[in-house]
Amino acid sequence: MTKSELIEVLARKQSQLSYKDVETAVKAMIEHMSQSLSQGERIEIRGFGSFSLHFRPPRVGRNPKTGDAVTLPGKFVPHFKPGKELRERVNGLTADMTSREVEPA
Amino acid sequence: MALTKADMAERLFDELGLNKREAKELVELFFEEIRGALEDGEQVKLSGFGNFDLRDKNQRPGRNPKTGEEIPITARRVVTFRPGQKLKTRVEEYSERFAASELGRA
Repeated sequence: MTKSELIEVLARKQSQLSYKDVETAVKAMIEHMSQSLSQGERIEIRGFGSFSLHFRPPRVGRNPKTGDAVTLPGKFVPHFKPGKELRERVNGLTADMTSREVEPA
Repeated sequence: MALTKADMAERLFDELGLNKREAKELVELFFEEIRGALEDGEQVKLSGFGNFDLRDKNQRPGRNPKTGEEIPITARRVVTFRPGQKLKTRVEEYSERFAASELGRA
């Protein structure tokens, strides 16, 4: 499923909103999420999962052309941890088959 | 502070003029449609943000960390997220600002 397919499904289901409104809203939601992560802020969506940044420490890499060693600075990379409901649903499990678990809000 | 569905709905209300109920429903439905597609075994690609992929894992040996008892981790399907280039670049830019502010403080 692509972003435009997602927009189409949502527009069909929310028929009181115009396609254009749904399109603008979906783009705004994705931008809001990108913005938060790019400011170092976590995203926590109950039942879906959480997005956070993981730190990759500095390392010595090589210039592939010259073979020279270059020091690459440490950096953050986006990380997603699926929430309980999402994990269970993709795995075809119902809630009562799995063990108790505490999930962050 | 973490971004939540309530914050996302609030922004749709503030900036797009959806009413509060519509905004809340749309945010809820946005995540539900993504979950539904993944549940149906379909990859989800949100350009500019990233892809949600599915991976099938084989059974492997595991251990109860409390008791040390050996229990197999059953075969399962898991969701992985691969950030897109645009998001990775924006987060790297944040890393640079973060490093600069840490140096400033040192």
